[in-house]
Amino acid sequence: MAEPDAALGGPRPPSNTESMSPRGWRLAIVLVLGLVFSAGPLLFSSYWVGLLTQMVILAILAMSLDILLGYTGLPSLGHAAFFGVAAYAVGVLATVHGAGFWTCVAGGLLVGTLLSAVLGLIVSHVRDVYFLMITLALGMVLWGLSFRWIPVTGGDNGISDIPTLAAHSGLPFAGPLALYYVTLLVFIACAGVMALIVKSPFGLTLRGIRENEGRMKSLGFNTWLHCYLSYVIAGAFASVAGVAWAYYNGFVSPTYLDLTASSELFLMVTLGGPATLVGPVLGATAIVLLKNVMSAYTARWLLVLGIVYIVTILVAPKGVWNLGPSGRSR
Amino acid sequence: MTYLITQTLNGLFSAALLFLIASGLTLAFGVMRIVNIAHGSFYMLGVYVAYSVVLRTGSLLLGALAAIVVVGSLGFVMQRFFLRRFGSDPLAQMMMTMGFALLFRDGALMIWGGDAFTLQYPPGLSGSMEAGEVVFPLYRLFVIFVAGLVGVALWLVNEKTLIGARLRATVDDPEMASATGINVALLSGLVFAAGAGLAAFGGVMGGPILGGYAGIDFDLLPLAFVVVIVGGMGSLKGAVAGSVVVGMIDNFGKALVPELSYFTLFAPMVLVLAIRPRGLYGRA
Amino acid sequence: MKKLQCVVVAALLVAGVLLQGQTVEGPIRIGFLVPLSGPYAQNGRDILNGFLLLLDEIGYRAGGREIQLLAEDTEGIPAVALTKARKLVESDGVHLMAGGLLSSTGYALAPYIDSMQIPMVYPVVSADDLTQRRGSKWIVRTGYTGSQPNHPFGDYAYHTLGYRTIATIALDYSFGWESVGGFQRTFEEAGGRVTQQMWTPVSVHDFAPYLAQISRNVDAVYALFLGRATLQFMRQYEEYGLKDRIPLIGAGTTTDEHALPFMGDEALGVITALHYSAALDSPANRAFVSAYRARYNKLASYYAESMYSGGKWVIAAIEALDGQVDDREVLLNALRAARLTDLPRGSVELDAYGNPIENVYVRRVDRVNGELQNTVIDTFPRVSQFWNYNPAEYLAQPLYAR
Repeated sequence: MAEPDAALGGPRPPSNTESMSPRGWRLAIVLVLGLVFSAGPLLFSSYWVGLLTQMVILAILAMSLDILLGYTGLPSLGHAAFFGVAAYAVGVLATVHGAGFWTCVAGGLLVGTLLSAVLGLIVSHVRDVYFLMITLALGMVLWGLSFRWIPVTGGDNGISDIPTLAAHSGLPFAGPLALYYVTLLVFIACAGVMALIVKSPFGLTLRGIRENEGRMKSLGFNTWLHCYLSYVIAGAFASVAGVAWAYYNGFVSPTYLDLTASSELFLMVTLGGPATLVGPVLGATAIVLLKNVMSAYTARWLLVLGIVYIVTILVAPKGVWNLGPSGRSR
Repeated sequence: MTYLITQTLNGLFSAALLFLIASGLTLAFGVMRIVNIAHGSFYMLGVYVAYSVVLRTGSLLLGALAAIVVVGSLGFVMQRFFLRRFGSDPLAQMMMTMGFALLFRDGALMIWGGDAFTLQYPPGLSGSMEAGEVVFPLYRLFVIFVAGLVGVALWLVNEKTLIGARLRATVDDPEMASATGINVALLSGLVFAAGAGLAAFGGVMGGPILGGYAGIDFDLLPLAFVVVIVGGMGSLKGAVAGSVVVGMIDNFGKALVPELSYFTLFAPMVLVLAIRPRGLYGRA
Repeated sequence: MKKLQCVVVAALLVAGVLLQGQTVEGPIRIGFLVPLSGPYAQNGRDILNGFLLLLDEIGYRAGGREIQLLAEDTEGIPAVALTKARKLVESDGVHLMAGGLLSSTGYALAPYIDSMQIPMVYPVVSADDLTQRRGSKWIVRTGYTGSQPNHPFGDYAYHTLGYRTIATIALDYSFGWESVGGFQRTFEEAGGRVTQQMWTPVSVHDFAPYLAQISRNVDAVYALFLGRATLQFMRQYEEYGLKDRIPLIGAGTTTDEHALPFMGDEALGVITALHYSAALDSPANRAFVSAYRARYNKLASYYAESMYSGGKWVIAAIEALDGQVDDREVLLNALRAARLTDLPRGSVELDAYGNPIENVYVRRVDRVNGELQNTVIDTFPRVSQFWNYNPAEYLAQPLYAR
C-alpha cells in the first residue's frame, strides 16, 4: 500500500497497488451494494428498509473514521463521541427547546464539529498507539459526561420523543421509505465530498503523513495542521451521521458514544478495508447484516461474530475490499 | 488521619491489582508493539478458570495455578498462531485481539453463564486488621504484598538474567536483537504468554473482592490502558509508577470529588498524553 | 475469491427468503426482547427462562391457539432493542411484545410502541414514570416501579425497625434515585432522617473509597445494588468491619436470588423489601420455585418470576379472548383487565395507570438448610405505586431524582 509518489501531491489519482485480480471482486462489491442500496428498499419490508437506513448512516460514520484511521493513519477508539454528541444536540434542541428542524440539524453539526475542533487541539500532535489511547480516554470522558450531566442529557435514560423526520422537517412524504431515501441522499453527498477530499492534494498529503511523517515535514508540510484538519473533518462527518441517527431512532442514550460503539466502528473500517472509503461502507453493511440476521438464529451470535472477525483478518488482513493475492501480507 | 491512612492503603490495593494486569500489557507492547484488546479477557478468564477449579477441588492455590497455566498457554497459542503472522502490521494485530476479545467474552458466557460470583478468601485472610481507628482488610494487605513480590521478581528477571537481557535488547531494537541471534519470535511468544498468565493471576488475586462477572474484561481494560499510558508503554518501571499514580488518583478522586468520579481516571490520562505524547516514561 | 463471491450471493439469497411476509392465521406470535449477550445476559436469560417454564407448562397453547415465542437479543443497548422491536413488529408480525430490562430500553421503546399501537408487557423495567408522568396506553407493566416497595419499607424502617438516622449508598442512575427517593420520602415523613447520601458510579467495582466515608453514627445503612455490584458491595461492607457495627438494609435487588446464592455469611441479617421472595411460603410459589429449580438447577430470582407471572398475565388475556387476539385494542384491554390471584408473588391487579397493585414483602436473609434465603418477615398487602398518596397529588410532584 505504499504510494510515496502519489503522496507527494501529484495530480495523478492514487492507483491502489494491487491491480488485476481484485478488480472483479471490487466490481462485484460495488454492483451488489449499489443495487441493494438503490432498489432494495422498493422490494423489502419496512423492517429491512430500517436496516438499510442503519447501514447507510453507519456507513457515513465509518467513512468519516476512515479519513482519520485509513488515510491519515490515526487510529481513533473514541470516534463515536462526535456521533453521539451531535445526536444529543439534536435531542436536546428538539425536545427541551422545541427547536425547528433546520436549527436541530445545524445545531447537531455545529456542536459535533466544534467539539472535534476543540479536542483536535489536544490530540493532533499525538501519534500511533498513543493516539488510540488519548481518543479512547476522551471517549470515556465524554461518555461519562453523557451519563452524569443529567439535567441536559437525561442520564442513563437518555432523551426520547425526538420527532420523526417527516413531522419535524415538514417533508411531504412520511414513512420508512422516505426516511431511507433522504438518508441515502445525505450519504451520497457525504461520500462524494469525502471522495473529493481524499483525492485532493490535501488528501494525498494525509497519506504521505501516514507513510512517512518525517519526510512530509522536511518537505515543508505542516503535518500538525493536516492531522488537525483531518480530525475535524472526520468529526464533522460523524456529526452528520449522528444527526441522522437521532432522527432515525427518535432517542439518544449514552450507549451511542460508549467504548463498545467506538470499537464496533473501528471494526467496520478495518474489516471493510481502511483507506478505501468503499471498504467502510462494506464493513458497516456487513456488520449490521451479521448482527441482525445471525441473532435471530443463535443466542451465541457474538461468538460467531468473533470467529468471523478472526477468520476475515486471517484471510483479508487489509480488509475485504482489498481481498486478493497481493492484498495479503506475508 | 485515619481516613488518610485507610484511603492510602486502598489506593495501594488498587495499584497492586492494576500492576498485575498492566505489567503484562506493557511488556507485550514493549516487545511486540501489540495493543492487546483481549488483555482484560485474560483477567476474566483467569478468575473463571480459578472458580471452576475451586468448585471442584476447594483449593484456591490450585485454582490460581490452573488459571496461570491455562490462560498463559492460551496466550502463547494466540500469539504463535494468530498474532505472529502480522508481525509488521499493528492494526491487523489489534483487530485480531478485538476478535478474540469478543470470542472470549461470549465463550465465557456460554461456558460459565452470566451470574456474578466471588472467590473465597485464602484461609486465614478473611478478617480485617485493626490498628487504633484504622480498620483494613487483611486480604487487601496480602494482595499488596504479593504484587510487590511479583514486581521484584519481574525486575530481577529483567535485570539479572539472560532472558531479561535478551528481552531488554529486543525492546530496544527488535531487528538488532534478531541479528545477534536472539530468537525474537519465541521470546515474543513467551512474553505474551507470561503477560496473559500475569493478568489471569491478577484475576485470581482480585477474585475474592471483585469476583468474576460478564463484562469485567471491558471494565478493567481501559484502566489497564490508563496505567500503561501514564507509565509509558513498554516500561516495567513505568507500570509500577503508573499503577500507583492511577490507584491513588482513583481512590482519592472518588472519595473527595465523587461528582467527578467518571472523569478522575481518564482526564489525567488525556492531560498526560496532551503534554507528553509518549507517556511519562515512554520511549520512541 | 470465487468462493467468497458465492458466499455473498448465498447470503443475499437467504436475506431475500427472510423478507417474505408471513401468513395472517395460525399461531399467536409473542415477541420477546431481553439482553442475551453482554453484561446483562444472565438477567435476560433468567427472565426468558421464567417465560419458557410457563410456556412449557401450558404446552405452548392458550385460547385454543398455538403460542409461538420469538425471542430477540437486545444486548442491553436501547438502539438494538428498538431495531429488534421493529423486526418483531414489522417483519415477524407479532401480536404483542414482552420483555425489557433496563429503564433506558423502556424509555427508548415507548414512542415506537405508541406509534405502532402494539401491546407491550414490561415485566421488569421499573422506571417510575413509564406508568406515571410519561405513561403510555400500550404499555402494561407487570413488574413494579423502583419506588413502589420502598415506600412501605421507609415506613417500616422507622416504625418497626426503629431506625431514626440512615445513610444511603446506591448506584448512581435512575433506578437508584427512584428507589432511594421512595424510601427517603416515607422514612422522613415518619420522622426519620437520611443524614448521608452516597451515589456510586455504575462502573465502580471497588467500593472501598465510599465505605471509608460512611458515617459511623447512623442507625443503619440503606444500600441499593444488583448483579456483580451487590456481591462486591456486600463482601466489602463486611471486609471493612462495617457489618458488625451498622445494620444493613436495602432495596430488593441487593439480596435478590440472582446474586444471593453466590454470597456468603456477609449477607446474613440484611433486610430488604420487594414484591417477591423465592422463600415466600405459598403453594403457588413453592410449585414455581421447585419447578424452576428442577428445570434450570437454579434458585428462582425475581427476574425469573417476573416473566413467569408476566407470561401468566398474557395467557390470561389470551384465554379471556378465546384466542381472538388480532384486534390489538381488544387485546390491550384484556391485558389491563386481567386479575391474577395465584401468581408466585401473590394476587395482583393493575391500577388505572397500568402498574400492578401487589404485596410488598419485607425479607431478611437467613440461612436455612445451608442455603441463604430471603425469609419473609412482614407483608404490606396491595401496595400501589402511589402508596397511600393521592395519585393526582403524587403526580403533581417531580419524579424522584438525586
